[in-house]
Amino acid sequence: MNGAAQSALAPGGAEAAAILSLFWPVTALLGAIWLAVLLVLALGLWRRPGAAPRRAGLAVGAATAGTVLVVIGLTLASYLVTRPLSAAAEAPLVVQVQGRQWWWQVTYPAEGDAPGFTTANELRLPLGRPVRLELAAADVIHSFWVPNLAGKQDMIPGRDNALLLTPRQAGIFRAQCAEFCGMQHARMALPVVVQPAAEFARWRAGQAAPAAAEALAVAGRQVFESRQCSACHTVRGSEAAGSTGPDLTHLASRETLGAGLLPMTRGALAAWTADPQTLKPGNNMPLVPLTADELQALTEFLALLR
Amino acid sequence: MRAQPRDTGREEAALEASLAAVWSSRPGLLGWLTTVDHKAIGRRYIVTAFLFLALGGVLALLMRWQLAQPEGRLLGPDRYNQVFTMHGTTMMFLFAVPVMEAMGVYLVPLMVGTRNIAFPRLNAFSYWVYLFGGALLWIAFLLDMAPDVGWFAYVPLAGPQYGPGKRADIWAQMITFTEVSALAVAVGLVVTVFKQRAPGMSLDRIPLFVWAMLVTSFVVILAMPSIVLASTALILDRLVGTQFFNPAAGGDVLLWQHLFWFFGHPEVYIIFIPAVGMVSTILATFCRRPVFGYLAMVLALVGTGLLAFGLWVHHMFTTGLPRLGESFFTASSMAIAVPSGLQIFCWLATLWGARPRLTVPMLYVLAFLFTFVLGGMTGVMVASVPLDTQLHDSFFVVAHFHYVLVGGAVFPLLGAIHYWYPKLTGRLMEERLGRWAWGLVFGGFNLAFFPMHLLGLWGMPRRVYTYPPELPWGGLNLFSSLSAALLAAGFLLFFWNAWRSARHGEAAGPDPWGAGTLEWATSSPPPPWNFTRIPVVEGADPLRDSPDALKVAAGLRLDRRELLLTSVMAAEPEARESSPRDSVWPLLAAIATTAMLIWSIFTPWAVVWGAIPVAATLIFWFWPRGTPEDES
Amino acid sequence: MKARIVADLSELPTSGPRGSGPTWWGNLAFMLIEGMGFALGIGVYLYLATVAPDWPPAPPPELAAGTGVALVLLLSLIPNALLARWAKAQDLRRIRLGLLVMLGISVLPLALRVLEFQAFHVRWDESAYGSIVWVLLGLHTTHLLADLVETAVLAALMFTRHADNPRRYGDVEDEVAYWVFIVATWLPVYACLYWAPRL
Repeated sequence: MNGAAQSALAPGGAEAAAILSLFWPVTALLGAIWLAVLLVLALGLWRRPGAAPRRAGLAVGAATAGTVLVVIGLTLASYLVTRPLSAAAEAPLVVQVQGRQWWWQVTYPAEGDAPGFTTANELRLPLGRPVRLELAAADVIHSFWVPNLAGKQDMIPGRDNALLLTPRQAGIFRAQCAEFCGMQHARMALPVVVQPAAEFARWRAGQAAPAAAEALAVAGRQVFESRQCSACHTVRGSEAAGSTGPDLTHLASRETLGAGLLPMTRGALAAWTADPQTLKPGNNMPLVPLTADELQALTEFLALLR
Repeated sequence: MRAQPRDTGREEAALEASLAAVWSSRPGLLGWLTTVDHKAIGRRYIVTAFLFLALGGVLALLMRWQLAQPEGRLLGPDRYNQVFTMHGTTMMFLFAVPVMEAMGVYLVPLMVGTRNIAFPRLNAFSYWVYLFGGALLWIAFLLDMAPDVGWFAYVPLAGPQYGPGKRADIWAQMITFTEVSALAVAVGLVVTVFKQRAPGMSLDRIPLFVWAMLVTSFVVILAMPSIVLASTALILDRLVGTQFFNPAAGGDVLLWQHLFWFFGHPEVYIIFIPAVGMVSTILATFCRRPVFGYLAMVLALVGTGLLAFGLWVHHMFTTGLPRLGESFFTASSMAIAVPSGLQIFCWLATLWGARPRLTVPMLYVLAFLFTFVLGGMTGVMVASVPLDTQLHDSFFVVAHFHYVLVGGAVFPLLGAIHYWYPKLTGRLMEERLGRWAWGLVFGGFNLAFFPMHLLGLWGMPRRVYTYPPELPWGGLNLFSSLSAALLAAGFLLFFWNAWRSARHGEAAGPDPWGAGTLEWATSSPPPPWNFTRIPVVEGADPLRDSPDALKVAAGLRLDRRELLLTSVMAAEPEARESSPRDSVWPLLAAIATTAMLIWSIFTPWAVVWGAIPVAATLIFWFWPRGTPEDES
Repeated sequence: MKARIVADLSELPTSGPRGSGPTWWGNLAFMLIEGMGFALGIGVYLYLATVAPDWPPAPPPELAAGTGVALVLLLSLIPNALLARWAKAQDLRRIRLGLLVMLGISVLPLALRVLEFQAFHVRWDESAYGSIVWVLLGLHTTHLLADLVETAVLAALMFTRHADNPRRYGDVEDEVAYWVFIVATWLPVYACLYWAPRL
């Protein structure tokens, strides 16, 4: 992940670019006004002593009128930039993202021939196609923010919000929850992978399929199904069908583990499974006591969920 | 009637002895607990508020330490969330609002030339309630029971389902304490300004700081009921199962935000408007000329106070409200730049060629102009909906509101403390130390907070206890944290200076700055009765208008605490009214109120049974004692 | 600083003018605070009503008790006005009578209020509708209760040696004004709670 993967100043989408195109002129204008005020202040202090300026009333009046004009101008400019941001695009890709303490559930509804599926903690979008993200919250308020692609939009229990965006640049961006949502608010990130349409379609087909056959064949599957894991998690193709935790059907295909906490490696999987509470204190996954053999088998199983 | 002693024709010394007999508080602890002198109350209010500033500052340093590097290990998530909640809550509710009200409590009666604040017992009560509320919050913090839901306590995170334990209840009840005390002070200040001004102080001669406190008091009166309603609803949801904020039962999550920000935005102006009054006062004194455009300044204050109620939605631009409505709030939020700008232009005109003496208070005014105007500019940016969707809840906003609140309110406040310190203590603060502290505070602040603008643009959200090393935030965070140490050093110097000067400072005399307003017409610190004779005002700058002798009025009684009532508009004398004596009942009523409020965190029946001692103490408070003050 | 006496205040009355003195303004300020509370409460009611898919979620309230409270409160303005007149005239005997009458009258709406809580067919914890109904009723009830205590204390005070004092007469006038405020706040609350659901 590069350093600009979570920056409003490096737009990779139409909306973020539009906002940035408003940001710079506004910043320049306001910065100039600030400097002008300081300049007048310095001149005023510098000036030889004398009575109050003769035409001070006029100057103050003119400056105030100028302020009014700037305010009107900026209000209009900001309205004009807002309008296209909320205009409905034609045939957008619809993705439902639900904020949860402290992870993201991502659902792609069926579209044409492509079946729908649910995944978690990773959002993939096709390059260039408008996207409509339907944002919801399962517990408390969260806020969805990929600064490179668009401004943020809150996810509010009991309300349906949506965010429109159009990715213009391929790459991995980072979204992060922007509304304080409790203990692990800081550890609630989401890789957003923008890829060419064909790659996206391949990924989509893979995600919609059940778990890999080689994963379902290993001994770790029984551990997963017989211990507490299956109470909360789903692995399609196995008996595990819990719904309070992230869907793990293609866990190992994701960029990160634990909502952006760790890069997806076998070691990370083992560490997380062994003790999620040390890595992300307070998160809703309990520590499940496992023997060393069980842990190893389970890690093997998880790592095969590609 | 006939036997009543009057001040007419008395010698100064004899007069002061008589006034001392009726106005002085008892010596010792009992006197300290029972006094209703606005100066004693105001002073302890100010000291307490600065104590909370120091505590809140320590929390800020803890956060800066934690964020100085990625994956910091000083604080865990639970503690960090308590710390940032405590920082915001302490600074807003226990420092900023109370300290501004406290300055009003101390200064307004002096500046309008009266002997005590209106409803002095209510004023004493307000201090105790504030103190107990602050103590409740901090004791909870020490017991690891502090609120951890942010100073804004958004539901459902603060609601019954996701905020278990008593943490959010303690937050909500602390709100009740501070609101009760703020409202009580506001009522006292409004009536003091309306009815107790010196004869001749018509509306156009009221000092700008007093105007600012009057507007602030009205904003308090109109804004605080909203947060009282909100926090009550929150407690009820948590305690007795009401459903205000539960969408599953017809409630609404955003209702909380509307109520909170309908109060929360005016809250910013409750802090800012008094600071503006301080700036005007300091400028007028050191520029040796009245502030340019008195009428425009007053209108700008009133305009700011009115607009304050029309822009709360700009805190909710990302919640998905209708776009057109949001654009209206963009317009109203940006419109606040007009009265603010007008005031800044008037100050610039005042400064123009005035060659002000660059004393420490003046330096803080310059720091204010530098910092606040920048904060105002970023304020215009976050008022724009599209920009706000990127900036909201990021470190950019953290930078913005610290520029506005620290630059816009704390800098003027520090200047005001230096400026009025001689009145408070009789001594001047040490100038050289003051300059060093100023440099560290001003420099440290800007170095610590400016980089946060950039951090926000680089995507760093607020209220995170840590961040991963692969994001490019470490460098600026470290820089910001080191600069915060400079800022803290500046505050330490300021505190040290204030502490030391109280004993060793140069004696000030009544009017060390050659100022024009009435508080400088009496000794420093003023006697318990403020003015030996009530001053008579014939212009906006009474001390400069008649530099050789203060015009005063005679004829007040000496056997009771008596002050003068004047008419609201023209301040024509109407009556000689008594002012209540010292009493222990405000303290006892505050204790009873505290018991009821804390008890009600645990059971709703506390309101029923707890109301009985509250009512009893109030009855004792108001029951007449047959003193001369009760005569008509 | 030297002082020069330019005015003599000794002829002024020794207590503030009633009707524009500090207590009157203070009373007004508290009415503003509490009035704001009622206004916001009604605002919350209307807000919840617009957010909810159907409102009210319970059958509309039965009108009898609430209307009864409104009538009693409106009628009480007559003795209240008389009390004001007697207070102005500083007629202690009648003031005592008036206060006792007002004390008796102010128990009535409290008794009816018990029935009101039942007239809504909803508990406070059933729905947000129930919550705001109970809070609005509760807020007004608190005012009735507080005023009951205040009237009782004032009535008791008028039978002591402190009674014959223009200050006390002023207190009675403030109390009269406060009662008008309590009546005035009930009318919009009544309209909101009982008639808004019928619109």
